[in-house]
Amino acid sequence: MPASGPAGVPTKITQGAQAAGGIGESTLRPDGILKVTGEFAYSSDLWHEDMLWGHLLRSTVAHAEIVSIDVSEALALPGVHAVLTYDDLPTGVRTYGLEIQDTPVLAHGKVRHHGEPVAAVAADHPETARRAAARIRVEYRELPVITDESSATAPGAVLVHEGRTDHYAPYVTHPNILHRQPIVRGDAAAAAGRADVIVRGEYTFGMQDQAFLGPESGLAVPEEDGGVHLYIATQWLHSDLRQIAPVLGLPEDKVRMTLAGVGGAFGGREDLSMQIQACLLALRTGRPVKIVYDRFESFFGHVHRHPAKLTYEHGATRDGLLTHVKCRIVLDGGAYASASPAVVGNAASLGIGPYNVGDVDIEALALYTNNPPCGAMRGFGAVQACFAYEAQMDKLAKELGLDPVEFRQRNAMEQGSTLPTGQVVDSPAPVAELLRRVKAMPMPPERQWESSEGADVRQLPGGLCNTTHGEGVVRGVGYAVGIKNVGFSEGFDDYSTARVRMEVVAGEPVAVVHTAMAEVGQGGVTVHAQIARTELGVEKVTIQPADTRVGSAGSTSASRQTYVTGGAVRNACALVREKVLEIGRRKFGTYHPAWATAELLLERGKVVTDGGEVLAGLADVLEGESVEIEREWRHRPTQPFDRLTGQGNGHVQYSFAAHRAVVEVDTELGLVKVVELACAQDVGKALNPLSVLGQIQGGTVQGLGVAVMEEILVDPVTAKVRNPSFTDYLIPTILDTPTIPVDVLELADHHAPYGLRGVGEAPTLSSTPAVLAAVRAATGLELNRTPVRPEHLTGTA
Amino acid sequence: MRVSLTVNGRPQQADDVWEGESLLYVLRERLGLPGAKNACEQGECGSCTVRLDGELVCSCLVAAGQAEGREVVTVEGLADHAAGRRATAPGVGLDEARRWQPVPGEGARLAPIQQAFIDAGAVQCGFCTPGLLVAADELLEQNPEPTDADIREALSGNLCRCTGYEKIMDAVRLAAARQAEEV
Amino acid sequence: MEFLRPASWQEALAAKAEHPTAVPIAGGTDVMVEINFDHRRPTHLLDLTRIGELTEWETGTDSVRLGASVPYARIMRHLRAELPGLALAAHTVASPQIRNRGGVGGNLGTASPAGDAHPALLAAGAEVEAESAARGTRLIPVDTFYTGVKRNALEPDELIRAVRIARADGPQQYSKVGTRNAMVIAVCAFGLALHPETRTVRTGIGSAAPTPIRAEVAEQFLNSALEEGGFWESGQIIAPSAVKQFATLCAAACNPIDDVRGTAGYRRHAIGVLARRTLMWAWESYRGGHRVTEGAA
Repeated sequence: MPASGPAGVPTKITQGAQAAGGIGESTLRPDGILKVTGEFAYSSDLWHEDMLWGHLLRSTVAHAEIVSIDVSEALALPGVHAVLTYDDLPTGVRTYGLEIQDTPVLAHGKVRHHGEPVAAVAADHPETARRAAARIRVEYRELPVITDESSATAPGAVLVHEGRTDHYAPYVTHPNILHRQPIVRGDAAAAAGRADVIVRGEYTFGMQDQAFLGPESGLAVPEEDGGVHLYIATQWLHSDLRQIAPVLGLPEDKVRMTLAGVGGAFGGREDLSMQIQACLLALRTGRPVKIVYDRFESFFGHVHRHPAKLTYEHGATRDGLLTHVKCRIVLDGGAYASASPAVVGNAASLGIGPYNVGDVDIEALALYTNNPPCGAMRGFGAVQACFAYEAQMDKLAKELGLDPVEFRQRNAMEQGSTLPTGQVVDSPAPVAELLRRVKAMPMPPERQWESSEGADVRQLPGGLCNTTHGEGVVRGVGYAVGIKNVGFSEGFDDYSTARVRMEVVAGEPVAVVHTAMAEVGQGGVTVHAQIARTELGVEKVTIQPADTRVGSAGSTSASRQTYVTGGAVRNACALVREKVLEIGRRKFGTYHPAWATAELLLERGKVVTDGGEVLAGLADVLEGESVEIEREWRHRPTQPFDRLTGQGNGHVQYSFAAHRAVVEVDTELGLVKVVELACAQDVGKALNPLSVLGQIQGGTVQGLGVAVMEEILVDPVTAKVRNPSFTDYLIPTILDTPTIPVDVLELADHHAPYGLRGVGEAPTLSSTPAVLAAVRAATGLELNRTPVRPEHLTGTA
Repeated sequence: MRVSLTVNGRPQQADDVWEGESLLYVLRERLGLPGAKNACEQGECGSCTVRLDGELVCSCLVAAGQAEGREVVTVEGLADHAAGRRATAPGVGLDEARRWQPVPGEGARLAPIQQAFIDAGAVQCGFCTPGLLVAADELLEQNPEPTDADIREALSGNLCRCTGYEKIMDAVRLAAARQAEEV
Repeated sequence: MEFLRPASWQEALAAKAEHPTAVPIAGGTDVMVEINFDHRRPTHLLDLTRIGELTEWETGTDSVRLGASVPYARIMRHLRAELPGLALAAHTVASPQIRNRGGVGGNLGTASPAGDAHPALLAAGAEVEAESAARGTRLIPVDTFYTGVKRNALEPDELIRAVRIARADGPQQYSKVGTRNAMVIAVCAFGLALHPETRTVRTGIGSAAPTPIRAEVAEQFLNSALEEGGFWESGQIIAPSAVKQFATLCAAACNPIDDVRGTAGYRRHAIGVLARRTLMWAWESYRGGHRVTEGAA
């Protein structure tokens, strides 16, 4: 057993006086210096004396029976320490999954998608491990592939999962349908009779990848007590733990988990990747094992955003009021369940967008296919719907001869509106105002690419590739708005835990905040320190590394962490404050009557009355003592949606953003340059305005990416991924990215801590349809799919 | 094989290097310098960017053996590299001393571009940050007053997935402005 | 795997003769990707970066002898006047980091139809200087250099020492279509060079056929149209119908495939557009008396 700890493990970060500041200030990241000096330890940076390298062998076909696996040649290779297959798994628990445990740790009998892990190798060098994996002989007998709805539900279709026992199975019409959620309200068919105009559309949304830059990676270190310590980049430590421990056959307290540096997530780290395999290899070899995916493997190593087919019918009266919406959203869940059921719930419940419509008929479902598994990605089901319903809104506006913004505003939901689920929106919903604001922003100058020396190609479609000097270039403008739920919905017990301690260090009061929140770049650690300063009146806050020695913080997803773990930190701070004041009363209460009578606050390191009188220094109060509280905190409960009608108070909060896109399209070559993507978003309360902008701008560009370039291409015949690399899966560069002016609105949601509203996802929804609308405006084309490729703009698809 | 090179001004040596290893692997796994990042290992993302004999390169595409005898600057050495560029005379000038501010975190010394990235909010997950810093520092070395289009062109080999690049633009503008004030 | 580090050109040739399967590596921008992704495990890597002459160039009266490893960044910076088409192509290569490492020798060695340099070399006119220890130097016209998808005319014991590229005697242009505004592999690319001294126009097409090609029928059409109309002397605007016909013939010269980067139909269409635009830009520049023109990048 290794005696020393691994190198580069996360250390606590103390942020001191320079960044004194509570909520509402743009304090700087506590991990900023480590990140700019290269010292911040990401999961792929970890190193341990005696460490081995793990590597996974993945299936080369999408759907096949495994006839045989022969690992003998791999084991014979010098430097190889272990080769594991399904038969080596230590317990009867051999699958995992977020909600449905349908994903094999290593394939058993069958592979269901291209790139499914079949065997795991540990060796002394990554190249040895790769060579060993290449010597494993796997014989496959290929099966027909299920790739879309028609092949999934065709008579006699092969079942992706036979003998389903999950709780969705009894309600679906075919075993290759994972989950189906209808939402019916009013009478859409009757309402259609009142419509003066009806528009229909079929839309296709391509498979998007999270494309976080830090590859899946982690280090598993076997421990003396037979347990294992896993240093890992993830979005939710405790969810990982719950899935890992049973497979290892260990109690949860023998699987210790510490969050290593996370190089972005965006939903792609909500599911397990190499966690279990690394632990298994470490326990088998008795040596620390590190696994780091390369970019190729990363495309197989996490779930993607569901590709979708969406069919919509919208009706409106001549005066521009929506009469009804009917829609059907078919999401391709791929081979394993992942988060698909919840994605279906979102797509259905948010399927008509932020509009008032009394009569709706919605159906959303996810398929089991042999395509790559799909699950969580920023926007989570609301993204695909937004692309389609916003295209419909533009179509309707055009039919009615109305301005698209004006038409949206006439139908915009507001506080007090009722959603198709029957839920009443009980906090601000400034949809019309966001549209007004984004429209009112100044337009970027025309022909911004002209310079004194001629056309600056860097500012034209095609960029550095010198494809146009202005020829064929047409400008277009488009608008879109979206609605995203915040937090986990449908009755999920969505809580977080915070442990806060207050103590005196070197004569100064310090707050220590310990949560299991996964900092994936969003700036949660910054906000926790701000909350502690605001609540406890200290300057110095120490953020402990996230690990499983403290209770669950829930997932860093669903725009929920500032709300829920922020709320937990605030709650724990308030309890600590009470304890501190109790100590103060005990020690000093006899010296001043205000201890007993006044409202007491902690400010600038002191106990003060609400009148501003200083009663004592915190250092004196806490002399020789410390206060520590750990508490769970939860937001208001939600309810599941009714299986048949979709009715129910399923969501806890909503987030709204609107975009205006200005694009220039080289109409002859079909190349697009987004000139500007202006955004207006309501954030309730900006706890850290700089971080809020970062979230909005980052989310906006992910939406831009799937509008014009990002798509995982899966061969429709073989179900194999065709472009698993950064050469052919393109994400926007800085030359593809426009200026992104942001107008932040702060209308408090009184149900939420500080009135805040989750920020991260909403901007990813509306930027895609805004860009598409602008491209439609420039080209006059219908464009019913995203991403739109040059072929679609030039009639050469 | 053995590879000897100079990294951030210090002679370094790595033994038992596999011939197919990249400079990136040697830096990260053999020399304890994980600052250069392994995001794509195909030259498409720029997160492994270092200076090789002064040139901006993707260290994932430099074979370890090609770095033999060369000089490498990584993000870990960027502060010294930038300081070396600015130093006209040894020691701290009076003006510089007056501007000195305490920096949290063991008094880390930062290159102007590093400080600007922190101040402008250009760091989120931070995985692209080391490569961007090395590239942006080189830009400001070559072109102290870049236009926005110049910045975008110079950084077009560095992908960032978190920020949408706006704060990165701000950071480079900020560093350029601070650099101009100093002169 | 063995790593060979010849200190001189002669040593490199000797090593290649001894180990014909050795893979030459200079900028590493192709080879290292294949190694990192486990697509290739050569027996030997032949490092050429220690041979100084490969990163040098000589400018003669009629041609530039460009060392095989001169990085694209230096071509962009220093050879815009002599090799304007190649300088433009160099600017479209990947990223600043890659342009600091990659060179024309690598593009020729890999011989991918998507290599950015090829259309510019075809349009300008070039010869590949290949050498072996056994047989010495031979000059391979670039038109015959590409023999198939990722195959070229080199013998196993040969290395590329330099490329001799005709100095521009008139305006040259280069355009490349990618689905991103920077750092992108060509969906297709087009190079065009006016050669007033010989009164010819030459073209190069990338990524729209199994190998880089010239649009020879289009060239012949345009050469005779320009000759017959006396356009070289008069500098008149070329009739739109002639430009259109030239573009159509360029598109017809393509033999593209559908792949993840684009459809065959789009490639053919885009080559037509690029042919028209590059001809217009180059001819405008010729009329204006400028030897060189390009976008202000």
